[in-house]
This record gives sequence, structure tokens and C-alpha cells, in this order.
Amino acid sequence: MATTQFLFSGFGGQGILFAGKFMAYKGLIDDKQVSWLPSYGPEMRGGTASCSVIVSDEPVGSPIVSKPDVLIAMNLPSLDKYESTVAPGGMIFLDSTLIERKVLRDDVKVFYIPATKLASDNNMPTLANMIIVGKVLSKINDYEKESVDAALAKVISAKRADMAEINRKAMQIGAEN
Amino acid sequence: MSKVADKVLMKGNEAIAEAAIVAGCRHYFGYPITPQTEIAAYMAKRMPKIGGTFLQAESEIAAINMVYGVASTGKRVMTSSSSPGISLKGEGLSYLAGADLPSLVVNVQRGGPGLGGIQPSQSDYFQATKAGGHGDFKMIVLAPASVQEMADLTVKGFDLADKYRMTSMILADGTMGQMMEPVSLDFATSEPVAKPWATTGTKMEREHNIVNSLFLVPDELEKSNFERFERYKYIEENEAMWEEYLMDDAEICIAAFGIAARVSKNAINEARKQGIKVGLIRPITLWPFPTEVFSKAVDKVSSIISVELSMGQMIEDVRLATSCKVPVTLCNRAGGMIPSPEQVLDAIKEAAKGGAK
Repeated sequence: MATTQFLFSGFGGQGILFAGKFMAYKGLIDDKQVSWLPSYGPEMRGGTASCSVIVSDEPVGSPIVSKPDVLIAMNLPSLDKYESTVAPGGMIFLDSTLIERKVLRDDVKVFYIPATKLASDNNMPTLANMIIVGKVLSKINDYEKESVDAALAKVISAKRADMAEINRKAMQIGAEN
Repeated sequence: MSKVADKVLMKGNEAIAEAAIVAGCRHYFGYPITPQTEIAAYMAKRMPKIGGTFLQAESEIAAINMVYGVASTGKRVMTSSSSPGISLKGEGLSYLAGADLPSLVVNVQRGGPGLGGIQPSQSDYFQATKAGGHGDFKMIVLAPASVQEMADLTVKGFDLADKYRMTSMILADGTMGQMMEPVSLDFATSEPVAKPWATTGTKMEREHNIVNSLFLVPDELEKSNFERFERYKYIEENEAMWEEYLMDDAEICIAAFGIAARVSKNAINEARKQGIKVGLIRPITLWPFPTEVFSKAVDKVSSIISVELSMGQMIEDVRLATSCKVPVTLCNRAGGMIPSPEQVLDAIKEAAKGGAK
């Protein structure tokens, strides 16, 4: 892996920025160069929220991801907006509980994860984001327990350290589904 | 896992705030405005815990005048804002200059003019480097291109401000403020500069110090201007900073700072793969402008492309620095938009058609 450009997208409250931050920290712990850039402004109120994450062996140039290698789409407006931007040969991970349509492109790999349903079935309704992250890591062969744990320790504040376990469980569910 | 794990991910805005605290700043005055509000939020949280002062003023104008007050006592002090808020501070910046007071002012730029938008921009270049307020004065203008530089240049900015008794401005943009990157806050802190001019109380042991920008006698005012510009001349000769990227064999040169330089590097790497010899000169100080490196570059490059998030402002300094010896063209977006690497690559290809020197 030389450079992987991730675009996390969904609506406010789904933990889009958190999921991106986890991925950036995981890269940092794995000794990669990383950047994290959120969308900010009016589009965050009700519409799509997104963040660009770049994990690279090289110094990161522009932190703006305009042609993602990996798109995580957690609602329909996000898929509509970003489907066409994914690099050919890239991957799309989408929450199939919330997005009923299929991806139209045939030059990308698509993973349909009923993340919101899995989250609710497993009594972790706020962790659909991390279920998808678990799937992403398993598909890019990057599910390495030690750095996952270390990255979780970084993104979860000390006051809420007891949340690490359930986040780990969410990722495990994602990886296995 | 490695030592890199000791680094933390911080937003550029937070890195500025934490670096200011590390640099000994204990006084922050501000007024919220997107996209720099994290600086104020961070200061609000941290300052009370370390015996410092965070104060949300009633306006930007009040905040800059509070900066004037603290600066008069010789303490390190700062304010931050974004484009429209910096315009409001213009009068205060001029007074600070007239009274030769050190301060740090941060502008995390957004699109303009007017109230504009809240997305990233570099369209306050003229304001920062040429016309921060009325009268003859300069500010040291530092243009970070990474979160680490947001921190490093904040520390540097305080040092330069103290050394030369003037305002240092960090000229960032919304991207730099909002993005997170690994940052190390392990700085070597410099020796404090003596400030015998500060109004710290005479304790009946010395004459009164007077901090003032009012000089009603014209020849006295003229003298203060000439003295100040002697200092500026020294700064121009000694403090310019820049980065050169792949310039050794470059036939085309890109001039860009901040986020525009980051985007340009992507385009340069792609162009190099296609066999086009292109490099980058990235001014880190916008004032003093790194004139010399540009004037030398024209001996070997056939053209220069100024990549900017504005309608073309730095391009004028590039043309001045190169005495227009080679064509200087503009590749830009404005109003909160950012040029894509593809747009910059197209500009490079267009320039390459002109051939080597």
C-alpha cells in the first residue's frame, strides 16, 4: 500500500468524523503518514457530513480526497454524491439498512453491510459506523488487533475508556458479516 | 508500533492554541468566527487551568485593543479571527505597529469579500502583506502548510514579534485550521527577550515608560517611520523563509503557499511521472517575501505558475521578485474553492508547451 484515500460520508450523528479519526490514528500507529480533513459548514446541518482520510507511506500532499480509493457511504445522499468519484478499481462500503438502491458502477468492488440493523440487533445502536470500519479493515487486510486496540485508546477519551470493548465488538461483527 | 505513536493528531487550530501556550502566551482575546473558533474554544478550556486569561470580547475591535493593552506590559499575547474579523482589527494592528508592540495575530482565512463564505481562501494576502491597516507599517506574515507548521510558526511568530517589536501574523486558511495531522509539541523554547520599554510599573526606580502611537510633531513621526523601516530592511535581509521542492533541475516553477502548495505537490509528482521537469518554491514568510530565491530561479526556469486560492495576489510579488524576466501565469480558484491537482497539472502541461529555456 503506497497511499490509500478514504472518504467517510453519511449524516451528522452517525459518527462519520469519529470513524475517520479512528482510521487516521490507526495509520499513525502503523507508522504511516496521515491526514484527516472534515467537511465543515452548512452542509453538516441535515445533509451529508464527510471527512477525507489519507494513509500513506509518503508525505501527504493535498489532504483533500476527491477520488477516494475507499468510499464509506452511510446514507443515500452520500452515495448519490460520491459514487461517481470513486477511483476505478476502488471499493464502496455502504449501509444497506439505510440505502436501498444498488451501486450502479461495475468497475468498483461493493460491500453491502446492513450496519444499522446489525447495530440494533446487537444492542449497540450508535455503532453502525464502527461495524462498517471493521468490514473495511477486514477487506483491506488491515485488521491487526494490536494497532486497532491502540487506535481505539487514542480516539476514545479517557473518561469513556469503557467504550473501547463495545467498539472492538462492533468492528468484529463488521469483519465477520 | 513505533515512536510515531507518541505524536498526537490535532486540528491545525488546536495546534496553534497549544503551541501558543507552550511559547508562554497566557493572554488570549478573541471573538468567535468560523473557521477558526477551535482556537478560542481550546484557549477557553486551557487558560483558566494554567493561570492564564481567556476572554471572549464583545467584538473583534475590543479584542485587538485588549491585545494592545497586554502587549504594552511586555507579556506574550494573541488574538485570532477569520477574514471579516481581521478587517475589523485593522485599526488596532496599525496602532500596535505605531507603538512598536509585539503580538501574534492569527487569520484563518475564508472566502470574501464582505461576509463571504466559510470555506478556505487565500484572498487576504494583500491585506496581510501590504495593507493590514492605515499608515506605513509591515507585519511578519507566516504561511503554514501543515499542522506541524501551524504549531512551529506560532512559536516562531512569538519569537520574531518580541525580537522586532512588531506583530507576527499567522496567515492560514480554513483547510489548515480544520484538518488533523500528527503533530509533535516538543519545542525548544527560546530565551525571553528583555523588554525595558514595557509598562510594568516604575517601582520609583526608573523613568516612566510611555506606550503611544500619537506623534503630533511631523519630524518626530517621520523619524519613527524611518527607524521602523530600517528594522524592516534588516528583517527583509535576514528572516525570509521558504521551501524548495524538486527545483534542482526544474524548467517550470510553481509558486504557492499553504494549502495551494500541498495541492501543487500532488500535481508536480504526477507531472514528473509524465516527464515534465517542474518544481515548487513555497514561501513560508509572505512578508518578508523570499525575493532572492525567485530572482535566482529565473536563470533556469522558463516560466512560473502562481497557484492561489484568490483572484491572484501573491502573483504580483512573484512578478516583482523576478522583474518579469519570465512569464508568470495564474492558476486559481476563489470564493472558498480549492484548485484540484488536475487543474494544476493542466496548467503545468500548458506551460510545458512553451518549452525549456
